[in-house]
Amino acid sequence: MIRAAQDNRLAGGAIDRSRTIRFTFDGKSYAGHPGDTLSSALLANGVRLMGRSFKYHRPRGVLSAGSEEPNALVELRSGARQEPNTRATTAELFDGLVAKSQNRLPSLKFDAMAINDRFSNFLTAGFYYKTFMWPAAFWEKLYEPIIRKAAGLGSLSLQDDPDGYDKGFLHCDLLIIGGGPAGLAAALRAGRAGASVILADEDYIFGGRLNAETFAVGMQTGQAWAAATMAELQSLPNVRCMTRTTIVGAFDHGIYSAVERVSDHLAVTPAGKPRQILWRIYSKRALLCAGAIERPIAFENNDRPGIMLAGSMRAYANRWAVTAAKRVAIFTNNDDGHRTAADLLAKGVKVMAVIDTRADAPRIADCELLPDAQVTDTTGRLGLSYIHVRLGDGSERNIECGALGVSGGWNPNVHMTCHQRGRPVWNAEIAAFVPGESGTPGLTVAGAANGDFSTAAALRTGSDQAAAALRDLDIDAPALDLPQAEDAPINLQPFWYVQGGKGRAWLDQQNDVTVKDVTLAHQENFRSVEHLKRYTTLGMATDQGKTSNMGGLAIMAELAGKSIPEVGTTMFRPPYTPVPIGTFGGRARGKNFHPTRETPSHRFSVEHNASFVEVGNWLRAQWFTQPGEVHWRESVDREVRAVRGSVGVCDVTTLGKIDVQGTDAAGFLNKVYANGFAKLAVGKTRYGLMLREDGMAMDDGTAARLSEDHFVMTTTTANAVGVYRHLEFVRQCLFPDMDVQLISTTEAWAQYAVAGPNSRKLLQKIVDPDVDITNEGFEFMACREITVCGGLRARLFRISFSGELAYEIAVPTRYGDAMFRRIMEAGREFDVVPYGTEALGVMRIEKGHAAGSELNGTSTALNLGMGRMVSRTKDSIGSTLSQREGLNKPDALMLVGFKPVDSTHKVTAGGHLMTKGTPVDAKHDQGYVTSAAFSPSLNSSIGLGFLRDGGNRFGEILTLTTPLTGADVDVEVVSAHFVDPKGDRLRA
Amino acid sequence: MHDLIPITPLGRTTAQIDRFKGLQISECPDWALASLAARRNREGDTATAAEKFLGIPLPDVATCATAGAFTAFWTGPQQWMIEAPHDRHEDLAAQLKAAVGDAASITEQTDGWCRFDLQGERCHDVLERLCNADTRVMAQGQVTRTRLEHLGCFLICRTKNSHFSVIGPRSSAGSLYHALTVAATSVV
Amino acid sequence: MIINHPLLGPRDAQEFTYLGDASLIDRPDWEAADAQEQFYEYAYLRDNPAGEHRELWFHEIGDRSWLVVTRNTLTHEITSVEMARDVARSKGRSK
Repeated sequence: MIRAAQDNRLAGGAIDRSRTIRFTFDGKSYAGHPGDTLSSALLANGVRLMGRSFKYHRPRGVLSAGSEEPNALVELRSGARQEPNTRATTAELFDGLVAKSQNRLPSLKFDAMAINDRFSNFLTAGFYYKTFMWPAAFWEKLYEPIIRKAAGLGSLSLQDDPDGYDKGFLHCDLLIIGGGPAGLAAALRAGRAGASVILADEDYIFGGRLNAETFAVGMQTGQAWAAATMAELQSLPNVRCMTRTTIVGAFDHGIYSAVERVSDHLAVTPAGKPRQILWRIYSKRALLCAGAIERPIAFENNDRPGIMLAGSMRAYANRWAVTAAKRVAIFTNNDDGHRTAADLLAKGVKVMAVIDTRADAPRIADCELLPDAQVTDTTGRLGLSYIHVRLGDGSERNIECGALGVSGGWNPNVHMTCHQRGRPVWNAEIAAFVPGESGTPGLTVAGAANGDFSTAAALRTGSDQAAAALRDLDIDAPALDLPQAEDAPINLQPFWYVQGGKGRAWLDQQNDVTVKDVTLAHQENFRSVEHLKRYTTLGMATDQGKTSNMGGLAIMAELAGKSIPEVGTTMFRPPYTPVPIGTFGGRARGKNFHPTRETPSHRFSVEHNASFVEVGNWLRAQWFTQPGEVHWRESVDREVRAVRGSVGVCDVTTLGKIDVQGTDAAGFLNKVYANGFAKLAVGKTRYGLMLREDGMAMDDGTAARLSEDHFVMTTTTANAVGVYRHLEFVRQCLFPDMDVQLISTTEAWAQYAVAGPNSRKLLQKIVDPDVDITNEGFEFMACREITVCGGLRARLFRISFSGELAYEIAVPTRYGDAMFRRIMEAGREFDVVPYGTEALGVMRIEKGHAAGSELNGTSTALNLGMGRMVSRTKDSIGSTLSQREGLNKPDALMLVGFKPVDSTHKVTAGGHLMTKGTPVDAKHDQGYVTSAAFSPSLNSSIGLGFLRDGGNRFGEILTLTTPLTGADVDVEVVSAHFVDPKGDRLRA
Repeated sequence: MHDLIPITPLGRTTAQIDRFKGLQISECPDWALASLAARRNREGDTATAAEKFLGIPLPDVATCATAGAFTAFWTGPQQWMIEAPHDRHEDLAAQLKAAVGDAASITEQTDGWCRFDLQGERCHDVLERLCNADTRVMAQGQVTRTRLEHLGCFLICRTKNSHFSVIGPRSSAGSLYHALTVAATSVV
Repeated sequence: MIINHPLLGPRDAQEFTYLGDASLIDRPDWEAADAQEQFYEYAYLRDNPAGEHRELWFHEIGDRSWLVVTRNTLTHEITSVEMARDVARSKGRSK
């Protein structure tokens, strides 16, 4: 590997020259210093060419020195950590950094796709819309793959991101966005006043522009003042100073989101630490001190590597001690451009000329000044060699230079004031948009972000605005003794683009939008600023047009014969700078996407080969595989047969349990259930059907009356949270003075169904001797608070989902694991089995019990065969609308059972029912199957479903059609109660 | 006495303790909980009976109060949670019911919850990664309900700046523990 | 958004579950002669104002109170937050 020398390194700068660090760019090794960014180090090594453009694959160099960078996008790192579209201007250099240019094939210096540049006449604005319209089939097979390959920026690693991300929440009185002179003055004033302050800056050192300038603040350099201020701020416990932290969005009511890049400047994220943190900041007030972004001037071939913003050129020289070339020139329409010339001269760089568009250009730097002049074109292969200048008298001149600093003025960074629909307003003096009155509520603006460009103004307004914001919070912040600082105006004369060129003058370098493209959009009547944006893609790239939008607007305005404020701006939306998807995900990745809920028998289930199914967040045992069982059906069939033949136990803890107490508890249940509960005896349980107000079934379950004023209600697993919320709504909003108290007890009790003909015998070994659970002492639907295993408090319910003699027993959850094992032990003599949700489902289908598939949001009590349960003698939620005519037609859907005529055939859930011989279409549809299973008890596939007038069609043969699989099966309509229709077993 | 062996929310027989620099995270399984909700027009009776039982008045909105074995914390309008050592108050709900009679509704909550205590000077740094409660301004005895790892949890400030209890749903103890320790590893 | 809970002070709207128009409190009398019509309007017909809107929010990750929040649907400005139970009582829903 060849190691280039840092030939373009200047004296001074805020880099640590005592250490040299190595990095590679496109496989070539280079050296830099701590404090460098990738772009400053590349420039130091004489590398101007850093990327290829998006559409035409034009060679491009760095335009800026900050996060607004449109051109110098690289792939950072390698392997799984490879990250595309990283701005070289913000990537901090670290030892071993690996960067690759992107968008080139095969190499940056020779890019085969640069052929696009020759065909640029075809690739103008609206190209995609115009070209690939026809034929449609070509799109997927031909056009898109080609475009995908040709366009786009960096490439993804296609591997899992090995880094961790985190999220967090912060609170403050005052959030200060940006740590330049305005932000530092604001933080100092608010911090000294004792307010809780967050000061955030995207850079890795505070100071903002002070780090890039040479002028003094008070008696010291700007950098020294910033450092001293930071030292004080960091000593204040009420001030949180966050570097590498970008505020990316302003949301309602003072909420801001911030991305903190914790480890991006390190070679590898330390184990267990996050790479980035997404903060949600709750601020009482916020102050925007985000500075301003310089804008270029468009002219022919203004995109050659080496052409950059004048302020950035100055920043490279002053902060990073780097020049892009030995010979440079400046093209400006304001005084600030001249400062760059002066500073570079002071650093020993040859400044060939300052070309100023103004006829009255002042002489500021000690070099050649060309007033009333314009840069008309440039030449140079893969980098700038010459600029062509047209002087005021019409004569032309070529100037040799390797870098050109361009300044078209500065745009206040108004983003955050617009995220809440605020619109910026035009300030003619600086020819730029500044924050308007309608900005983000609670957010004020200071310094350059407000159009106050001088350092003195930044310090003063930062301090003043901080005090004003705190005054709103009744915090008195004494005035600061502010240091003296430069206070010069930039004296700008608006100038947007050089006219008369034949070639292309670039506006949006990242999306390859030219002055011509904007003209074309206007010709084709895309004249609204939002249309212009979509049609030309101006400002739509990763940089969101930070350096390009204003140029486009100015040209639009000129073409339309309007003023710039009349044209207006496009909407600014979060995020301010790109945020990795992983950062939005935070810790919620893989199995941590949501929390897991474990049942009390979870350990037992794991030990006994359970397969688990996710039900909401719950992990439930689906079946328990025994040795020799290969297919899940073997396990499920065995479990069903074991329950129906002897006894089984199933964890039903996941069903929602809600404690309902109070003197009006029974009356309350009467309101929320369609059927009556007022007369339910103490010690009894009743099935309850809950309707929505529109008459559709919401949920079902049981309510057990433990005492006169105390019920325990169960809900389905899936609806537990929603039902609780609904009950609180009914209690607080509809019947605010009912005496009823609610609380969830779902996980407080481990609840197990013990089902099968031997369940009583088994439980008799569990319950304490004084508990009578004989059929007479504890009849069907009884409930009681009892003791088990020698005195442990428990609850026993004689309810059955399987249709067998069955109980549900509940003990405090901490004893649930032991209880499950005790039941298995006590049941050994009965060959007890644990059974899972699948067997549970099979048995409830065999029994004809409705579940989630039947309570699907479109079924009424009538559909479910429970029409008569809806009491008409009382008011309950949904009772009135359930009586609507449309829901009560004679041919209403009714829940019935289905059996295949040929027992080797299968009933498929989701299939639709057709009368034999009728066309298979929606018009002739007779209903549909909701649940299906193989019934070991009937040795046949069976199903439940809704059928028109189903109650009167038993014995009819229908076609069950499943267009998805193409399988049609003849099924017989039968009662939904396949097993023990009279219920003798559960009353045994 | 029954012979069923209890397990902790994390599924073990002993409580889990993790130590980080400046922070200890401990599973606290040995607490009984019962909810207390005043019945309509019985708010005064409830307050009187509860104070007699607890030895302190029921705490105000978003606060907790401790006296002897008992801590009571506010959970909603006219609703509180009472906390007591499990070994001596396993039947806390029954004890409370006996004390308040029909003035209030009492519900056993002991095993509906799991409790993790965070102790040490890094409490805030870990909690700010997990929930939106402004723990730095929470005084001793302040209580809030907050979302932590998608879970609704009670957050109690036992000692300002250095001791917080997170009381979350027991079935998700594993996920809660995971979140706490991953955040602690990330911060410390 | 931040909802200023009458008991708990400012709380993040993320802690709440939204239900909709606060007119859901005004549940009709089931024994009214035109109960069907009234319930139909109650269950299905809502205003959709661009501006001030009274709506129901449930403090799910909080004290489980239902609140009536008056919010401007254009600006998200919240001008009043009341306990829904108090609103219900003031509308004569006490039995």
